[in-house]
Amino acid sequence: MQKVVRFLLVLALVLPTAVLASSEGHNDHDVDHDTKDLTPEEEAERKAEREKNHRKHYVIHHTQDSHDFGLFTNETEGKHYGFPLPVILWDDGIHFFMSSKFGHGHKTASSNGKYFKLDYNNGKVYQADAEGHFLKKKVWDKELKEFVSERVEVLDFSITKNVLVTMLMVVLMFFLFRSIARSYKNGLAPTGAAKFFEPIIIYVRDEIARPNIGEKHYKKYMVYLLTVFFFIWFLNLSGMTPLGINVTGNIAFTAALALMTYLITTFTGKKDYWMHIFWMPGVPWPMKIVLAPIELLGTIIKPFALMIRLYANMLAGHIVLGMLILAAYGFSNYFASGAFIGLTFFMNIIELLVALLQAYIFTMLTALYFGAAAEEHDHEHAAAH
Amino acid sequence: MGLLEEFSIGLFFWQSVLFLALLFLLRKFAWKPILDSVNEREQKISDSLELAEKTKEEMESLKASNENLLKEARAERDAMIKDAKETASRMVAEAKDKAKEEGNKMLASAKDSINAEKAAAISELKTQVAAFSIEIAEKVVRGELSSADKQKALADKLVEDINMN
Repeated sequence: MQKVVRFLLVLALVLPTAVLASSEGHNDHDVDHDTKDLTPEEEAERKAEREKNHRKHYVIHHTQDSHDFGLFTNETEGKHYGFPLPVILWDDGIHFFMSSKFGHGHKTASSNGKYFKLDYNNGKVYQADAEGHFLKKKVWDKELKEFVSERVEVLDFSITKNVLVTMLMVVLMFFLFRSIARSYKNGLAPTGAAKFFEPIIIYVRDEIARPNIGEKHYKKYMVYLLTVFFFIWFLNLSGMTPLGINVTGNIAFTAALALMTYLITTFTGKKDYWMHIFWMPGVPWPMKIVLAPIELLGTIIKPFALMIRLYANMLAGHIVLGMLILAAYGFSNYFASGAFIGLTFFMNIIELLVALLQAYIFTMLTALYFGAAAEEHDHEHAAAH
Repeated sequence: MGLLEEFSIGLFFWQSVLFLALLFLLRKFAWKPILDSVNEREQKISDSLELAEKTKEEMESLKASNENLLKEARAERDAMIKDAKETASRMVAEAKDKAKEEGNKMLASAKDSINAEKAAAISELKTQVAAFSIEIAEKVVRGELSSADKQKALADKLVEDINMN
């Protein structure tokens, strides 16, 4: 059993990363498209290349946040089905309108005398003029060593798809866990949903918090650990629905959580924690001086790794699934399509595991950092370091 | 698709706000009551187990003391039975002795009274016989001496007797 879990773990960690790396590699291909003087072979190759790029962007686009809740798209007619979401922008005052004004990047939205345009490819809102041209500003490019013109991005506090899903998840989790809490009033034995969630809550307490933080201090971190665990898990699972949700695979989401972990670790750090950073006990003094900046950097690298790990794993999982689903359509051979559908099913099951696994890893490592912050060494123990 | 390019400050803001809201909501309405209930139950379970262990020990000691008590009771019973048997046999023996003694006594007194009665009867008989003898003798003497002839014959006879001596 352990072997299987370890195998899946390695697979789940390695496979998406490899795919992510390979998908990054394709970026170089979609530059210059001069279409003159082409042999039919070259033209066919170009066409295949374009098709490939289109698919890649299609998949990448579905992993990104968006200003409207798209359910499906009719590509031949270029129609999008779904519903618009509120857009909140800050540009010398607040601008509020529905995302249908953007027309999926084809229209220019006007609000309070200002014009905004959505770049449908990266999902960002830029300033525009009344004719629908992006406004440009000159910025210094360090690599080219010259001024280049760049579009002006607007501070965007829109209720995007990710924000909406997160809001719904917050509401869902609030009602779910409140009802579980209430079910204990009828008696101490768990009933209903509590039967399922209580062992998980106890697992977080007994297998994550207690051994990593210690019996003395674990209680004050329980609220954060439980919230973070279920929040990540539920949002990961929401990404398994066919709605194309990808909250946990968004860097802003993981950054928010990692920052929270960093702040809690830093502000609950005891004397011994800072002692281990700035003046490592048990090593000769020149080493202490060398270690201090490394350890200090480590306090930032740790939450940074948390942020990247969750982001990369979830994003990569979505890209892999998207690519596999597209690949099933890419074959005219039924056998090959069937095989890819089977593979997609297999990946889905792995992703289901990864959804839980990543929530566990994030919580586990967070508990580990809290443990280091809360730890109080006795002298003998400190000397052994 | 660089990290910084993808990073959205607005999304970061909303995620932080929503997460903090969830954190505070769940702390108040979910985790605290749930963890409290779970702790309470665990405390109850460990208390109950402890109590069960204690009860078991108590039962064992009770059982041991019961056994001791039983053993003592049995010994006492045996002793009592033995005692009772002894007493009974002693009583029987005593009764036997007493009865014998009484019988002997009765026999002796019966013998005595028989002897006494006999003696009394004999003495009475003797008296009676003497009285009768005297009466008879009187009557005989009276008959003998009722006439002069007879008196003379008697005197003669007496004289003869004396003479012959």
